[in-house]
Amino acid sequence: MSDITRDDVAHLARLARLAVTDAELDTFSRQIDAIVDTVSAVGDIPDDIPPTAQVVPQTNVLRPDTTEPSLPREAALAGAPAAEEGRFRVPRILGEEL
Amino acid sequence: MSGASTATGGQSELISLDAGELARRIHAREVSSVEVTRAHLERIEAVDGPDGVHAFLHVDAEGALAAAEAVDRAVAEGGPVSPLAGVPVAVKDNMTTTDMPTTCASAILDGWRPPYDATVVARLRAAGLIPLGKTNLDEFAMGSSTENSAFGTTRNPWDLSRIPGGSGGGSSAAVAAGEAPLALGSDTGGSIRQPGAVTGTVGVKPTYGTVSRYGLVAFSSSLDQIGPCARSVLDAALLHEVIGGHDPRDQTSVDGPLPPVVEAALAGARGDLAGVRVGIVSEFSGEGYQPGVLAAFTDAVRVLGELGADVVEVSCPSFSYALPAYYLIAPSEASSNLARFDAMRYGLRVGDDGSQSTDEVMSQTREKGFGAEVKRRIMIGTHALSAGSYDALYGKALKARTLIVRDFTAAFETCDVLVSPTTPTTAFPIGERTDDPLAMYLADLCTIPSNLAGNAALSVPCGLAADDQLPVGMQIMAPALADDRAYRVAAAYETARASASDAGPRIPELRALETSR
Repeated sequence: MSDITRDDVAHLARLARLAVTDAELDTFSRQIDAIVDTVSAVGDIPDDIPPTAQVVPQTNVLRPDTTEPSLPREAALAGAPAAEEGRFRVPRILGEEL
Repeated sequence: MSGASTATGGQSELISLDAGELARRIHAREVSSVEVTRAHLERIEAVDGPDGVHAFLHVDAEGALAAAEAVDRAVAEGGPVSPLAGVPVAVKDNMTTTDMPTTCASAILDGWRPPYDATVVARLRAAGLIPLGKTNLDEFAMGSSTENSAFGTTRNPWDLSRIPGGSGGGSSAAVAAGEAPLALGSDTGGSIRQPGAVTGTVGVKPTYGTVSRYGLVAFSSSLDQIGPCARSVLDAALLHEVIGGHDPRDQTSVDGPLPPVVEAALAGARGDLAGVRVGIVSEFSGEGYQPGVLAAFTDAVRVLGELGADVVEVSCPSFSYALPAYYLIAPSEASSNLARFDAMRYGLRVGDDGSQSTDEVMSQTREKGFGAEVKRRIMIGTHALSAGSYDALYGKALKARTLIVRDFTAAFETCDVLVSPTTPTTAFPIGERTDDPLAMYLADLCTIPSNLAGNAALSVPCGLAADDQLPVGMQIMAPALADDRAYRVAAAYETARASASDAGPRIPELRALETSR
């Protein structure tokens, strides 16, 4: 059993910046426990098998170090929830316990 | 290869023609692109309401007609036009478009207008195809039924009470219902092939890295791949060649020639598979597989044998790890990719009343903006990547991936292509699996291995299941960069089936759809 508890889900939600509700904690803990149980089948695989993270045969794709046009500022800000003086406006970030 | 054998209920014949045939007629000036585009827009108007197919989230009639006029002018002036110029196409709503919203079927991106076109969209425009609109999907492409859309589910044109598959149910349903001759999908664990199978259409997942993902909203970056949806194998190949090829804007883009898929589809249609070695994956049968699906698949394999293929059984024992490995790797990558939805630079922002911190606004926005399946996957991924679980879960999933790649390598030493049913069952009823995520995940059982290994795979229709009269798909898998092999076998099979006495309709009875509007 994977034993994912309600508290575990609350912790995961906090890490993932999801303000889940009490009702969701009940549903999600039951569902995630069952899913993690099933996917834990990979535990049978011997440790000496090397991992495969991706399947592209190339590494370190480089391009010439030259300047190219980038997105105009107005276009980048056009979809912003709030913008001010040509910048993204965000809620306060100082004074948080992080 | 053209046309459907079904009544079109007073609708224009144009909506049942193959893309290749439409292009031929447009370029020969037998019909204009505007007429073709208008016929499809009328079809959408007739069948795509909220109680109808609901394949589209956004339709851009004005933009489509303007693009069609431009192609008609180019044709009239006698200039060179590309092979599919003037043909309408639908685009899955997780690919960016500057002239239409891009929502990923998520409330967090409701109404968002991207500042740039995805490379595939730019290539459609450059080749003169006519984007009709954006199609529905499971939110952020996470799902197998399109029921996870924040904007309502898409319905299967063969039976409106059933799911059209997912995540690309909108694209496949649009093609199946004659709302578009072509569509783009994206396939992370089967999201092009599985909807293709259950809607009786062709869906192709090209080799990983051979179609640019620049402008595809990322779900699981080591697995995501854009590909074509169509009603014929040749049409899929024609669209594949429009969108494929190297793109310096995608770092995983393969810098080499695209496999010759159109040539392979044309060669395959001549119907000779002499010497082609076809391996049936023995793990993909038995318990959990619908009898009608297995019977249709077995009959399709018999046809491949009659066309000259050497059919053998092969075992891929590690494929049993594919589903667990996928549901660790994809959520892990998603938990990282979806961190970009932080309520700061684009999309929804909730709770910014001056009293709350960035962190609180972020958490409330993501809570409000994401649906249940997306939240589940983000949390599973967060769990799998956490210090206490990494080795036992994510680390082991990467090892499983190695075993699956090895199984494919061994199988392709003795076989040119591998075949299986595309999905264990036909389309299930809407609502049947929404409360049971694990049951939903089983729909991708047969399609996931090719994503984990990065090779090419497609689904081609193989008739209706005898037990429920719903479409069945045969999956054909080929090694990486050998997409042409899958196309050749699929085209040969399609041609043989089209001439069979029990071929049946390629598009469902369209009149039934109109009355259900």
